[in-house]
Amino acid sequence: MVDVPRVRVGLEIHQRLATHKLFCNCPSELREDEPDYWARRRLRVSYSELGSIDPAARFESLRNRTFTYGAYSDATCEVELDESPPLPMNLEALEIALEVSLMLGMDPVDEVHTMRKIVIDGSNTTGFQRTALVAMGGEVKTSSGTVRLKTLCLEEESAYIISTAPEGATYRLDRLGIPLIELATEADITSPSQARETALTLGRVLRATGKVQRGIGTIRQDLNVSIEGGARQEIKGVQELALIPKIVEREAVRQATLLELRDRIRETVGEVRVSEPRDVTSALLGSKSRLIRRALSNGERIFGVRVDGLAGFLGVEIQPGRRFGTELSGYAKVFGGVGGIIHSDELPGYGISEDEVRALREALGADRSDAFILVLAEEAAASTALEAVSERLIQAGLGVPEETRRALPDGNTEFMRPLPGPARMYPETDVFPVKTGPLIERILRKGLPEMPDATIDRLQREYGLTREHAEMLLDEGRVGLFERVAAASGNLSPRYVAAILTSEMRALKREGVDVEGIGEESLSEIVSLVDSGILPKEGVRDALTEVAERGPAALEDLRRRKPPSESEIRDIVRKLIRDNAELVSRRGERAFSPLMGEAMRILRGRAPGSLVSGILKEELRRALRGTPRG
Amino acid sequence: MGLSYRGRARALLEEAGAEDYDLLEMRTGSRKLSGILMPRPEILDDEHVVIKLDNGYNMGVAVAKISGVRVLRKGGAAPERRPPAPSAPRGGLPKVSILATGGTIASRVEYSTGAVRPTESPEELLDLIPEMGEAADVSYKSIMAVFSEDISPEDWVEIARAAASELNSGASGVVVAHGTDTMHYTAAALSFLLQNLTKPVILVGAQRSIDRPSTDAVLNLSSAVRMAAYGPAAEVMIVMHGSTSDDFAFAIRGVKARKMHTSRRDAFLPVNEPPIAVISSGGDIEITGRIRRRRGSGKVDVDPRIEPRVALIYAWPSITGDYLRAVSSSGYEGVVIAGTGLGHVPNRIISEIGELVDSGIPVVISSQCLFGRVNLRVYSTGRRLLAAGAIPAGDMLPEVATVKLMVGLGRGYRGDELREFMTSNIAGEISESIPPNSFPPCYRPGAI
Repeated sequence: MVDVPRVRVGLEIHQRLATHKLFCNCPSELREDEPDYWARRRLRVSYSELGSIDPAARFESLRNRTFTYGAYSDATCEVELDESPPLPMNLEALEIALEVSLMLGMDPVDEVHTMRKIVIDGSNTTGFQRTALVAMGGEVKTSSGTVRLKTLCLEEESAYIISTAPEGATYRLDRLGIPLIELATEADITSPSQARETALTLGRVLRATGKVQRGIGTIRQDLNVSIEGGARQEIKGVQELALIPKIVEREAVRQATLLELRDRIRETVGEVRVSEPRDVTSALLGSKSRLIRRALSNGERIFGVRVDGLAGFLGVEIQPGRRFGTELSGYAKVFGGVGGIIHSDELPGYGISEDEVRALREALGADRSDAFILVLAEEAAASTALEAVSERLIQAGLGVPEETRRALPDGNTEFMRPLPGPARMYPETDVFPVKTGPLIERILRKGLPEMPDATIDRLQREYGLTREHAEMLLDEGRVGLFERVAAASGNLSPRYVAAILTSEMRALKREGVDVEGIGEESLSEIVSLVDSGILPKEGVRDALTEVAERGPAALEDLRRRKPPSESEIRDIVRKLIRDNAELVSRRGERAFSPLMGEAMRILRGRAPGSLVSGILKEELRRALRGTPRG
Repeated sequence: MGLSYRGRARALLEEAGAEDYDLLEMRTGSRKLSGILMPRPEILDDEHVVIKLDNGYNMGVAVAKISGVRVLRKGGAAPERRPPAPSAPRGGLPKVSILATGGTIASRVEYSTGAVRPTESPEELLDLIPEMGEAADVSYKSIMAVFSEDISPEDWVEIARAAASELNSGASGVVVAHGTDTMHYTAAALSFLLQNLTKPVILVGAQRSIDRPSTDAVLNLSSAVRMAAYGPAAEVMIVMHGSTSDDFAFAIRGVKARKMHTSRRDAFLPVNEPPIAVISSGGDIEITGRIRRRRGSGKVDVDPRIEPRVALIYAWPSITGDYLRAVSSSGYEGVVIAGTGLGHVPNRIISEIGELVDSGIPVVISSQCLFGRVNLRVYSTGRRLLAAGAIPAGDMLPEVATVKLMVGLGRGYRGDELREFMTSNIAGEISESIPPNSFPPCYRPGAI
């Protein structure tokens, strides 16, 4: 593989909004339970506005797929099922989108026109996604330069995919139609770390509105990555910010390696020549390979193509642990719906012997300098798969093809589908355009939300918080809560309140406590119990854990629990000293630390540590006076 | 190419020499925008210009903010569609004629209005739905291009003549592509107008236009062509989705069908009887109702006589006798009342009903319940209506009774002759018995 080349990256952020759905009044809530109803549909390619059939759309329609949609009688309606025209656009969602546009210095359009973007992978019951351009322009500053913003669109979230197979896919409709802001930058980002910083900054602005959904899956990034001489790749579905630099880096490496491969192909064979597919089943009829035997017993046959003069090229590693053959395999899977390919650079292998490889070469008219590719499938699927593989091979001699790719958890990417052409938009005639003027006036009258940088500065200045705590409050959406709670807690320092809401929560999360389940009300209640002296600081962690486990009901018990009186504490301490007489007599005053820990464990944080330690010291001294040292 | 704008926007664009689909550059403040000028639907204001950016999005630019417009490139003709592939007739397949009348099934987005409009090239359907060509030797004729809400009794006659002509020239069946709104009126009309029907005549429509990937036209049209080519029923039928899924279509007797939902795929329901047939997406036909069977030969005729001046009115709590008098003084020759319940009207208007009948304007009583029969013998109100001379419609749908009354009056029936015609079953419109499985529960646990 090659060194990491210079990249150009554009970012597309998708953020779900915390308001009802974009074109109906259903709630924007995800469900875990079984849908109540199922509907089965097919999609058929349609004519585009400018008269040509879109290649990406056509490609999906070539596969005669059935889509199954699960609907909920209490949370989805006829609109998600494509049984009713959309209702007018959700103006609350549009207002949030406009607010974000203005915060980012973007230029809102005067009239928002909803479009239909053709998507016929089944993820929208209509076969299109409704999307509208809200604003253009603007920029965002990063530590390594300015990144220009391109567009902000308001669109419908797709349906949640439950399963997919070549013959169809199954979706749930709870997610379909949730309003989504799509914020795209120009390809001004020039390093993997700048990509991450840009994503973080834009994410903070979105969250600063206080009107976006939070939690896993509610924000995701797509990356457009290209290198000099390479081609634009749309990498979909990056949910972890931390993974962004790695994905960018590995994509740059992949493109550079593909360019190198192109040059070597040109030197070796000039242009790529792939033979017509041939049935080579007879060459492997007696094979001991389990893979081959299973395919044959399933009634599948073996088809192959010869790739002239490119022996050794298919095994080239293009990303760590990913070979060029794997790319080809992706095309075979997606277009032909087959399980994958076998190529000559991995043979002998899969239980296919040296002799059988020779027989295959003979059947395909391939000599040792040629590569070949096999597909095990029925004839129609195999020929579609091999045709797609051939086209990809021919492209390898020309450069890097534009693709839509899926981010993998290890930072690599895999082929999803060709990059769709631009002619995918039709006007959504069922939705009237919306003028933005009145909404913008309203937003400006109310005033824009504070920008994230200003919030971080202010939290440090006004409350004396550390930058780290200020950022954590911001990123976790707890600034409002913090300010409310800090104002109400006269006896506690703002720093202490911030620590509970940030580092304390993170520490518990690391210990595996489900802190997501602790609501704002509970958090604010716990702080107020500390503030009023009912709950000692030492008991905060236990209290949080209990609320996470048992819900707000645990707070009731805390409120009822009176702190133990001084004499009760003294009784506990005395008993402790008696029970540990041996330790006390052996270690003298140095027995304080272990006994203190034990006392606090028994009291479970119900008493302030300062009180307990005072009593323990007194009682320890008293005990030592009466006990001669041994 | 013209300019679809009006008012202020038009003035601005005209000055720049711009026409729809031209590539424009516009200055708004410090910003420069370029895009293709899109037609603006007439219903919208004249304060905005709509352009399509090269990213595919349309946006509206306020005329007040535009300081300059320049045409960068002329757009030329309206966007051209791909010429339809000529369908090669397959040997040995039954002939099916598709007659296009307009409606969503033969509609697409029209940019001058931004709305769905009938298409002039219905051949596109064949290209989009190759299943039709695989099932039958399909021929295509566009006989009119109107939304079904604009279809008139004169059009029914024209459609009936076209259908008869196709059947008499060797078609195994006829499919009429029709808007869905009034499809059940046309279906009823064809049921009475076509005489000696020996083969299937099928009305088909779509609730989702063919320019949408989720169009229901694919299943509806392919099922209709199957039913026309191979179905055993010599009936006028409506073939549309049987459920929200693309799994099967229903064939519903034309005189028993009603559009019962504004937008769902399975909007058409059979009333007071099960569907005639269920056609699976794979093309299998299962007969589920009583049918008149195809007959070998014999000429299909059209009796074109029809009297359009028949009123269909609702009975409602505050209806007055004046309203009824206004109907008769407007020149209507007959009245169908969709009464309440078993076929009732407020007692205070029964005398006006009697006056209508006495003046030679027949009054037919059907029920706005739609399901079940009228029965004017159970309550005294009904008995008074009978005494006033009203004709009970049995279990005929109000719309079917209306069409039938037009036909009866058109044929010159009056008095007892008309009563005899209206109360006799002519085309399956009056059920001998109503089976218990003919009423649709809206709540079906586990299914939509």
